Amino acid sequence: MHAIEVKDVIKRYADHLALDKVSLTVARQSIYGLLGPNGAGKTTLIRILNQITAPDSGEVLLNGKRLQREHIARIGYLPEERGLYKKMKVGEQAVYLAQLKGISKNDAEKRLKAWFDKFEIGAWWNKKIEELSKGMQQKIQFITTVIHEPDILVFDEPFSGFDPINANLLKESMLELRDRGATILLSTHNMSSVEELCDSITLINKGRTIVQGAVQDIKRQHDTHRHEIIIETEHPEALNTLTERYNMASERLGENGPFHLTLVSVAPNEALHEVLNIGRLVSYRDILPSMNDIFISEVQSQNHIS
Amino acid sequence: MNKIGLIVRREYMTRVRKRSFIIMTLIGPILLAALYVIPILFAMYTSSGQKKVAVVDESHWFEGRFEDSKQQVFTEIIGIPIDSIKKKVLDGYYDMALYIPAMQLNAPSKAIIYSMKQVPMETEGYIKSVMKKEIEEQKLFASGVDPSVVNAVKTDINLSTIKMNEEGAEKETFSKVQFSLGIGLSMLIYFFIMTFGGQVMSGVVEEKTNRIIEVIISSVKPFQLMMGKIIGVSLVALTQFAVWILLTGVIFVAFSTFIGLSGTQVISAGTLMDQQIAGNDIMSNETVKSIMEIAGSIDFGTVICSFLLFFICGYLLYATLYAAIGSLVDNNTDSQQFMLPVTVPLIIGFLSSFYIVNNPDGQLALWLSMIPITSPISMMVRIPFGVPYWQIALSVVLLIGTFIFMTWFAGRIYRIGILMYGKKPTYREIFKWIKYK
Repeated sequence: MHAIEVKDVIKRYADHLALDKVSLTVARQSIYGLLGPNGAGKTTLIRILNQITAPDSGEVLLNGKRLQREHIARIGYLPEERGLYKKMKVGEQAVYLAQLKGISKNDAEKRLKAWFDKFEIGAWWNKKIEELSKGMQQKIQFITTVIHEPDILVFDEPFSGFDPINANLLKESMLELRDRGATILLSTHNMSSVEELCDSITLINKGRTIVQGAVQDIKRQHDTHRHEIIIETEHPEALNTLTERYNMASERLGENGPFHLTLVSVAPNEALHEVLNIGRLVSYRDILPSMNDIFISEVQSQNHIS
Repeated sequence: MNKIGLIVRREYMTRVRKRSFIIMTLIGPILLAALYVIPILFAMYTSSGQKKVAVVDESHWFEGRFEDSKQQVFTEIIGIPIDSIKKKVLDGYYDMALYIPAMQLNAPSKAIIYSMKQVPMETEGYIKSVMKKEIEEQKLFASGVDPSVVNAVKTDINLSTIKMNEEGAEKETFSKVQFSLGIGLSMLIYFFIMTFGGQVMSGVVEEKTNRIIEVIISSVKPFQLMMGKIIGVSLVALTQFAVWILLTGVIFVAFSTFIGLSGTQVISAGTLMDQQIAGNDIMSNETVKSIMEIAGSIDFGTVICSFLLFFICGYLLYATLYAAIGSLVDNNTDSQQFMLPVTVPLIIGFLSSFYIVNNPDGQLALWLSMIPITSPISMMVRIPFGVPYWQIALSVVLLIGTFIFMTWFAGRIYRIGILMYGKKPTYREIFKWIKYK
C-alpha cells in the first residue's frame, strides 16, 4: 500500500487545463520530488492533496483510503506562499495552529517546547512574529508544519527564503522525519536538493506528466554516454590523432598540464585503452546527466512539440 | 464546529486586547454622556451667570414688558442717550444694551443689541418674541380692536397627538422622543455595520497579505474561517456595545446624583435645553411631564429586542459581503472598486432615515424597511413609532433569508479569492468562481 496515490487527476480552471490526467504513487517513508516549471500545475496538485480544492475527475488515496476531511490532521503542509500573523506572539500562534490541526492545548505546548529547545529558540516564545527576522520566522513556520506529527508532509518550495545554514538544517530535519516514519512530498526548483533528498520524482509541464520514476533510473535513462578522461602525456601529437579518430573534445589544462578529454560513446573501452597507452591517467568519470539538465531538456523538448 | 470555536476565540481575543479597541470602548460612553452632560452643564453655567441687559426704549412701547428670568435681568433706562450706555457695556457694567429707536407702527425700524460677547441665543430669542408680540398687539389696538378682545385671543396651545390602533387603544405620541430614538438607533446600526464590517474586511486582507491564509485553510475549510472571523468580530461589537451601555449608565447615574436630579429629570432638562437653543418657547412643566410619560409609553422591550435582532442580522449580512470583498484584494486601498456596491445601500438607508423619521408609516418607509439591504437601518427608525409585528417579522425573515443566501454567495467568492494574488479580478471572473467545484 502506498502512502499517496494520485489516479488520473484532471483539474480545469476557466480557460486552462491545470492538471491533465496526472497519476503518481509515493512509497511510504520516502521523499518524493514533484518538479516542473512555474505554472506547471504543481501547486494545484498539492492543493488537491490538502483538500483546498477538489479535482474535476480522478481520485486521490492516502494510505489506500480515498481522501476525506479527517485526513487533514494527518498531513503537514508548508505552502509556497506562507506567513504568520505578524501581531501575534510566537508561542500563542504556534499553539493556535496546532489546535487547528486537532491537537489539544496541553499536547501542543509540550511538543512545541521540545521543538523550541531543539532549535534553540525557547527565548522567542513571547515575542511577536514581527519582531523576528525572516529566517527565524521560517523556523517557526517549519515547526508549525510538523507539530502534529503527520504521516504525510507536503513542502512547497521549502528552501526559498532560507540561508544555506538554515536550508541545511531543514534538509537534515526532513531526512530525520522520514527516518521516523513520515512520507514527504517535496516540490522545488532546487535541483541539487532533489538529487540529495529524493528517491523518486515526477516532472510535470503544462499539467502533464513528462518524466516519472526513481531518480537513479531516470538518470540512467537519460545517459548521454559522455565520459570524462584526464590524462598526462609526453606525446600530444599521438593524443591528437586519437582525439580525431574517436571524435573526442580535447582541452589542455594549463600550459604543460594534463589534457581534459570528453568522449561520447556507447562502447568506450577501445578508445580508453588506446589513450591509456600513451600517457598516465589522472581521472576517469562516466558523466550522468544532472537532474537540472534532465529538467531543462525534457521541458524544452515538450514545449517544442506542442 | 470545534475549529470554528478556536477561530472565533482568536479573532475575539486579538481584537479586544488591542489598544485601539480599549480606547474606543472607554471613550465612546464619555462622548455619549457628554452629549447629555454638556448642554446641562451649559444650562447651569449660563443660568448662574445672569446677563444684565440695559434697555433704552425710545419708542416707549415695551416698558415693563421684558420680564427678568434666570438668563437675564432687564434694566430700563430713561433719558440717557444710548452712546453713554454703550460705554457702560464696554466697561462691563452691563452685559449688553438693547436699543429700540422710536418707530412708526406700520414701519418698525431696527432694534439693536450692543454686546462685547456673543449674545446668547435664548436672550435674543426672548427679546424678539416679546417685541413681536407687543407690536402685533399694538397693531391690533391701532386698527380698533378692543383690548379685552386682544387679551381674550391669547391662547396657549397644547397640542398632543394620539395614535389609535384597531383594538381601540389610544397611545399618546410625542414625536420628538421617537424622532431622537429612531435616528439614534439607526445611526448606531449604520455605525456598527460600517466599523465592524470594515474590521472583517481588513482581517481577511491581513490574512491574505500575511500569506498565512493557505496554512490555515489546509487545516480548516475556508467557510469555517470566514464564519469564525465574522462571528468573532460580531462578539467584539457586542462587547463594545455592552460596555458602552454599562458605562453610559454609570456616568449618567453618577452625574445625576452629582447635580442632584433624578435620571428622568436630566433627560427632560436635556430635551428642554435643545428646545431653548432652537429658539422655541420654553416648555411648560406639563410638556416635560408628558415627555416622560411618552418615554414610558414606548415599548422599550420591543425596541431593544428589535435593535439586537436587526443589528445582528444586518451585521451578518454585510459582514459576509465585506469578507468577500476582502478576499478579492491584496491590500485595503484596493478595495474601493468593490466597496461601492456595498456602501451605497448602506448610505441610502442612512440618508433616507431623515425622511422616514418624518413619515414613519409612509410608502418609502415601508419599502425600505422590507428590502433586506436597507431594512436593518430603516426599520430601526420606524420601530420607536410602533410598527405592526407582522411587518417586523416579515422584515426579519427576509433579512435572514438574504443573509443565508449571501453567506453561500460570499463563501463561494471567498474560497477562491483568498488564494488569488496579483491581478484584481473582474466582476465576470468573480461570477465564474461561483460555479467552480
